[in-house]
Amino acid sequence: MSAAEVHLKTLMLAALAGDKAAYRGLLGALGEQLRRYYRRRLPPSDANVEDLVQETLIAIHSKRGTYDTALPFTPWLYAIARYKLLDHLRRVRLRPTVPLEEAGDLFAGDESEAASAKLDLEKLLAALPASSQAIIRQVKLQGLSTADVAARTGKSEVAVRVGLHRGLKALSEKLRERQDRADR
Amino acid sequence: MQTADLIDRLSSEDPIAPRSGAVVPLAGLLVGGCIVSFLVMWAWLGFRPDLAQAVATSAFWMKFAYTLTLAALCFWLVERLGRPGAGIARPQRMILLPLAVIFVLAIAQIATAPAALRMHLLMGASSHVCPWRIVALSLPIFVAAALGLRRLAPTRLVAAGAAAGLLAGAMGAWIYAFHCDESAAPFIALWYTLGIATTGAIGGASGKWLLRW
Repeated sequence: MSAAEVHLKTLMLAALAGDKAAYRGLLGALGEQLRRYYRRRLPPSDANVEDLVQETLIAIHSKRGTYDTALPFTPWLYAIARYKLLDHLRRVRLRPTVPLEEAGDLFAGDESEAASAKLDLEKLLAALPASSQAIIRQVKLQGLSTADVAARTGKSEVAVRVGLHRGLKALSEKLRERQDRADR
Repeated sequence: MQTADLIDRLSSEDPIAPRSGAVVPLAGLLVGGCIVSFLVMWAWLGFRPDLAQAVATSAFWMKFAYTLTLAALCFWLVERLGRPGAGIARPQRMILLPLAVIFVLAIAQIATAPAALRMHLLMGASSHVCPWRIVALSLPIFVAAALGLRRLAPTRLVAAGAAAGLLAGAMGAWIYAFHCDESAAPFIALWYTLGIATTGAIGGASGKWLLRW
């Protein structure tokens, strides 16, 4: 059993028995451990490390009753840390965010031309079924390979290619319709 | 907020936590879910008319023993999955025990029955509705189990959802046994287990978003 396990478990047991000083010491030590844990697992520039440390400390606090004192402490700690890490990564994948310091790049320069083209494309895409929309977005807009998309969505690569082909066909039909209407 | 301030704030609260964790609320919620499910069974299906005679038969208690043993072991599994980092190997292995017993009983009954009766032992008269009714009666209990599990700290959401589903399924099957007048072990082994497994699958599929905390 590691020295950290013995130390942290002693503090945890004292805290659960009502020792506030031990609890403060425990949370301080856990803050350090968690910071190291998340730094090692997130990209060096990631600004979320401290948020994750805090979120995990709050989780440890509110879920402290789920620690079974018959078991070692560090597996409990790292199971929560890992859960919060995976939860964070899942959220980031769903809704990519940019650190505030770099957000300026997003707005720099006159991009109204590109923006209105993008808006047009969005309108057209919105008329397609959700599955082909997603494939076109990933392959044509984000530049993923069909193999990547297949791996992400769990579909076969052939299915992704067929979906892409159908989606693009539907898209060009929509464009032609619109052209016809404009010509009239 | 600075992390140091957060630690100040958290450690100003009373750190005492009950040793039982949130297991007592989980059990309480399950009792509530069972009461709801029981009332649904009563209003929707009714008790089996021969209940008074049935309690004297071993088949009635076989259903009780199978479903309640399974439920108790699933409760253990759910409780372990609600505690981060706790091992689940033992409850997982133990769950195979009631399954093994009911299947051995089922095979023994089929093997010793006259050939003409075998199909009836397996299919009974209500196999087409049995699993679905068990799933339906399990749903209130599953909701209770999920609510209780969220008060713990499940870190393996699919497994925790499946365990909660199996627990709800086993308790739902127990409640269904008050209505169901099938008494053959092969029927129980196949159709009751199928209903329980279906609820487990529903739990596993919904765990990822239902149990997030």
